[in-house]
Amino acid sequence: MSDTILQFDDVSVRYSGSITALSGVSLTVRQGEIAALLGGNGAGKTTLLKAASNLLPAERGRITGGRITFRGEDVTRTSPDAHIRKGLVPVLEGRRLFRSLTIEENLVSGAIGAGLRSADIRRGLEEVYSFFPRLKERRQSRAGLTSGGEQQMAAIGRGLMARPQVFLLDEPSMGLAPLVVAEIFETLSRLNRETGLTILVAEQNSAVALKHAAHAVVIGNGRSTITGLAADLAQRDDIREAYLGGASAPA
Amino acid sequence: MDWFEFLFAVEVAVGGLLSGVMYALVAIGFVLIYKTSGVLNFAQGAMVLFAALTFVSLVEREVPFALALVVTLVIMGLLGLAIERTVLRPLANRSPMTLFMATLGLAWVIEGGAQLIWGTQVHALDLGISNAPFEIGGIYISNFDLVAAAIALALVIVLTSFFRFTRTGLSFRAVADDTFAAIAIGLRLNRIQAAVWTAAGVVALVAGLLWGARLGVQFSLSLVVLKALPVLVLGGFDSIAGAIVAGLLIGASEKLAEVYIGPFVGGGIEGWFAYVVALAVLLIRPQGLFGHKITERF
Repeated sequence: MSDTILQFDDVSVRYSGSITALSGVSLTVRQGEIAALLGGNGAGKTTLLKAASNLLPAERGRITGGRITFRGEDVTRTSPDAHIRKGLVPVLEGRRLFRSLTIEENLVSGAIGAGLRSADIRRGLEEVYSFFPRLKERRQSRAGLTSGGEQQMAAIGRGLMARPQVFLLDEPSMGLAPLVVAEIFETLSRLNRETGLTILVAEQNSAVALKHAAHAVVIGNGRSTITGLAADLAQRDDIREAYLGGASAPA
Repeated sequence: MDWFEFLFAVEVAVGGLLSGVMYALVAIGFVLIYKTSGVLNFAQGAMVLFAALTFVSLVEREVPFALALVVTLVIMGLLGLAIERTVLRPLANRSPMTLFMATLGLAWVIEGGAQLIWGTQVHALDLGISNAPFEIGGIYISNFDLVAAAIALALVIVLTSFFRFTRTGLSFRAVADDTFAAIAIGLRLNRIQAAVWTAAGVVALVAGLLWGARLGVQFSLSLVVLKALPVLVLGGFDSIAGAIVAGLLIGASEKLAEVYIGPFVGGGIEGWFAYVVALAVLLIRPQGLFGHKITERF
């Protein structure tokens, strides 16, 4: 495969100096691929993604061992906003839209965070609306009043507005109907194919994630347990049963 | 009630509404900071005093009015930046109580600093606005109160437009909604906080000048914040619209209460009536009239 863009080497994380959230997790994300990060509740997926964006200090956590590199540079040396401008863009768990802002204002906020000019913002909006036509219809609605699926699309759209090269996507399927999940993952695949966007997606819904990903890592209790090609992992019943609660493909 | 009594009641209410605008002005300074930092800025009163004292001292040293205004504005801006750099940034991600205690300390430092630099004597402040009342349809209105209300209103419109139509304003509203998400998408909390504290400084300047012209510029000017607290409780700590409406309500109700309820309890109730209103609101609707309504569907 092609070059490594994001590398996790033996990463350990603690919160407030006492709670160990991750110990010794390794993972390689290659340029232009979709990689899946699988595991159950509390496995450490969210922590790993936050660590990559250097968002742990905002929640009083820190990397205590190993290192994470984005294009060969240690991510802890760069502030979260500088990461965004370099193209490493997180889409947080639970959408986290700005509820009292309209959908379009939410999208624009993503571009402001990346420090883009007005002309770029207009172009970005057109692009996001072409991938998610439904957002265009709801652009003047307050984000808090839209459906879960629309909110997830807007959260992804807000990330796209920052012109990402790597997307760190945390559980986009959470709380959504299977058809909506399928639609969102189809769009992500399309973004990956058409724009070359690299995606690291954390999921409990292993079936849909493995269907679209090239590589996958399974983590449990803060350790990486199984790593391999997504197609191989999808065949193994033991993974589904042991770690993923026997979820089956929705579409 | 005959016609003249009715006119008198209207006159009292109008007077109350106009002073209510000035309560709202002080309250807005609190709301701005509460929305971004989640903390009641105890130093807001000290900032009001500092602004007024700086302005009046400059004018007394023969600095032209307009220049003194600009210089004070710049100083308030620098003060906002300095607070962000020396107090907020080192305390990032700490609990709201830690921040609150920090603003308490800040209040002492600013108050002390203001008096250290400019002295402790009382200054009269003349803004050149006539205080003569004039008559409209049988009721008398204080010219000063009307002009003060107009200035406060203009400031509110400027602030509202700023937060509605600019990038910094959009960022501010985003931070107020979800600070962690705002950091995660790359919004720079430091810059936004610096902008908001500067805006709060400007609000403090305007409030300081208007209140200073009324009460004289002295240490007790920092106590006008005590008038803002019931307004905040009534309107909700995180709503600019709430601060305005509550300011008007409190202003009008305390004047009417003084005139119509006062005689039955020996008078002098204007000073504390607002707190009675605030207490009643706390019992019935703790979030205030406009406070933090969660935009969510179930």
